[in-house]
Amino acid sequence: MKSVRLTIDGRAVEVPDGTTILDAAMANGIKIPTLCHLEGVKDYGGCRLCLVEIKGSPKVFPACTTPVGQGMEVTTNSDRLKEYRKMALQLLLSERAHICSVCVANGACELQSLASELGVDQLIFERDWPELSVDLTHAYLVIDRNRCILCTRCIRVCDEIEGVHTLDLMLRGKETQVVIDLNENWKNATSCTGCRKCAKVCPVGAIYVKGEALSSTKDKEVAKFITERRRSAFE
Amino acid sequence: MAEEEREKQKRFRYRINVCCSSSCISLGALKVLKSFERAVKELGLEDQCKVARTGCPGTCSAGPVVLIEPGDYFYEGVTPESAREIVEEHVIRGIPLKRFLYSVPEFFSKQKRLVLRNAGKMDPLDIREYISRGGYAALVKCLTKMSEDDVINEVFKSGLRGRGGAGFQTGQKWKFVSKAAGSPKYIIGNLDEGDPGVFANRTLAEADPHAIIEGMIIASYALKAEKGYLYTRAEYPLAIETLKKAIQQAKSLGLLGEKILGTDLNFDLELRLGAGAFIAGEETAILASIEGMRAMPRPRPPYPASSGLWGKPTLIQNVETLANIPLIVLNGGEWFSKIGVPHCPGTKCFSLTGKIKNPGLIEVPMGITLKEVVFEIGGGVPDGRRFKAVLVGGPSGGCLPESQLHLPIDYESLTKAGAIMGSGGIVVLDDESCMVDTAKFFIDFCVDESCGKCTPCRVGLVKVRKILERIGHAKGVEKDIDLLAKVGEYIKEASLCGLGQTAPNPVLTTIRYFKEEYMAHILDKKCPTGRCDMGAEGS
Ligand SMILES: Cc1cc2nc3c(=O)[nH]c(=O)nc-3n(C[C@H](O)[C@H](O)[C@H](O)COP(=O)(O)O)c2cc1C
Ligand code: SF4
Ligand code: SF4
Ligand code: SF4
Ligand code: FES
Ligand code: FES
Repeated sequence: MKSVRLTIDGRAVEVPDGTTILDAAMANGIKIPTLCHLEGVKDYGGCRLCLVEIKGSPKVFPACTTPVGQGMEVTTNSDRLKEYRKMALQLLLSERAHICSVCVANGACELQSLASELGVDQLIFERDWPELSVDLTHAYLVIDRNRCILCTRCIRVCDEIEGVHTLDLMLRGKETQVVIDLNENWKNATSCTGCRKCAKVCPVGAIYVKGEALSSTKDKEVAKFITERRRSAFE
Repeated sequence: MAEEEREKQKRFRYRINVCCSSSCISLGALKVLKSFERAVKELGLEDQCKVARTGCPGTCSAGPVVLIEPGDYFYEGVTPESAREIVEEHVIRGIPLKRFLYSVPEFFSKQKRLVLRNAGKMDPLDIREYISRGGYAALVKCLTKMSEDDVINEVFKSGLRGRGGAGFQTGQKWKFVSKAAGSPKYIIGNLDEGDPGVFANRTLAEADPHAIIEGMIIASYALKAEKGYLYTRAEYPLAIETLKKAIQQAKSLGLLGEKILGTDLNFDLELRLGAGAFIAGEETAILASIEGMRAMPRPRPPYPASSGLWGKPTLIQNVETLANIPLIVLNGGEWFSKIGVPHCPGTKCFSLTGKIKNPGLIEVPMGITLKEVVFEIGGGVPDGRRFKAVLVGGPSGGCLPESQLHLPIDYESLTKAGAIMGSGGIVVLDDESCMVDTAKFFIDFCVDESCGKCTPCRVGLVKVRKILERIGHAKGVEKDIDLLAKVGEYIKEASLCGLGQTAPNPVLTTIRYFKEEYMAHILDKKCPTGRCDMGAEGS
């Protein structure tokens, strides 16, 4: 396969053609913050945390969905990008009820750890926390929509890896919510296999397994692991 | 057939065109149409006068509108009762009836009607009338005299840019799709038009559906695409009816379907209806919608030109862009490139609304100034009020003050001033409009219409609205202006699709051009216009 040379933060790297900037960076040990990206499923481009700059354009580009180009000069950590990442976190934290001290995911939450990593310790916007429904009807799965950041990792893993598409979005704008089947209670969701993949990939405390420590449930690698296993089985 | 139809038309000395487009119908045009038919019959003038049901000539606020040819005599506010009198005076005595004559001829003075050439003069439900006015001649020319590449080159040479908002070079897009690997290829005519107060595309479809259809067939020939979708919203019943009938008529004459006009060209055109969300007009969201999914945009690349409907190369084009194609093919790209301004040739349709004397649908050459549009065509602000600002580009356009009225209308000038071309909405505001309130009004629209996919647009716009509310409720602080500008810039730059990338424009431009009004709300706790909730006295 053709390979592409580019620089990321001044470092020369070489990756196969078609690689995304994010994968190219990760493969070379350069970390770009992400929330909606999940290895093993299609990229969504929604959280806007992974934005990078490309020399020659005044715009910013999502690293997770932008393919590398020959001779590209990518910057992942300018002041503007840092500002933008903080802004995204500010917005997510003030959108729905993120009170870490009373959240099941406290200590095992990607939103929380990114906030502390990037230095977001005080909210600059009015909180806008609506009261959304919590579904506790399932024998062991819970969805608390008040914690959801709408990254759709759960939806994609359920659709693309488990192959059942139990989860999807309804409504739009700030009303957007993850629903189960056609807005059913989880216990009535006939399509759900109960596989827990959605809980494993949820970056926050929105979907979790009752009575299980979050640190043991969450497993961002699960989608990647399964895709790789499948691929090797067919080889 | 064109000849035959022209001969038939020539037998009539007069042609009475009754506008039966949405706005005039709501003002009683159908009754007017009946009265004219009756009057002509009762007066025994059936051999001399043809009464036709037409689309909109653009002067909607003066409806019901009747246009009598020859001579382009416009009658406004026509009532069913006056039909007979108009026929007696105009047709029998040969003297136009002054009382009803359209009072603002300047409305048409600076217009250049190319795309809307047939609007108001032709029965949209009669394909023969379209043909008699030169319709489908461009298609015949393509099929008989031009190769696929000739057609693409002609479009390229014309310099035509997409009329759906972004202004991408149409010929370039055609080249991309033509070169893209994969089959079948698809063509989508974008007639979604979700911007409130914008009705140019709807009017075009209601007045001249075949111009759009012909443009699509030509594209299908040039790009070897066998399937096309015309995507519009269920809220456009008359446009849908008109397009449906037009598609049927084109099919029955062998202009659509298999072996078009006896050649090897096959093109099947289908009408698709969306439920009417602003975001559904975004090109990748249309793809999702036609594929049967939630209309949500996706990141580009890949672009629809290489990976569109079901992953196949797809041309997505605004219907006004498409309606330009037959003209370009007939008259040549060179001819087209000389209209308007060099970097932005051709004309643009605008829906002109708000506090303006002559609202309506206009078509002007690119490069015309905003001043000419607002004051000469639009007749300025009525009721003795003063002009304050003009919002160019629909709900996510920019509010430009008097000092910017010298700007020529083209993509680059508008963008530089903080506005956009959008799909062609121009709203005029007078001195009674509170700019903070105006900004809030448009942000509200985008808050409701955001698809919810990306953080900046979904959450950022809600925060922007909150801050504007705070200022409007006399609780604003000076810092809020910087915060608005900062979040606004962030939303524009970081959003995934055009909705978020343009939504902050009304806020950013009102801050840029009317900052003192924000300051008055914040520091003096009162509204200079006294028009928002806060009132002139403050609270
Ligand atoms: C929120 C949003 C709404 C849009 N709505 C429309 C629309 O109603 N009609 C349209 O032609 N283009 C619309 N567009 C632009 C399309 O994405 C696309 O650029 C256009 O259809 C391409 O055609 P053109 O090159 O002929 O302009 C919209 C874009 C956005 C971001
Ligand atoms: S448990 Fe499995 S099947 Fe059920 S919603 Fe989650 S991912 Fe889908
Ligand atoms: S429930 Fe979790 S994984 Fe699903 S969208 Fe919300 S935050 Fe993302
Ligand atoms: S900018 Fe708004 S409408 Fe566009 S993808 Fe993002 S949330 Fe959806
Ligand atoms: S990780 Fe790229 S947008 Fe979310
Ligand atoms: S609808 Fe009749 S003039 Fe516009």
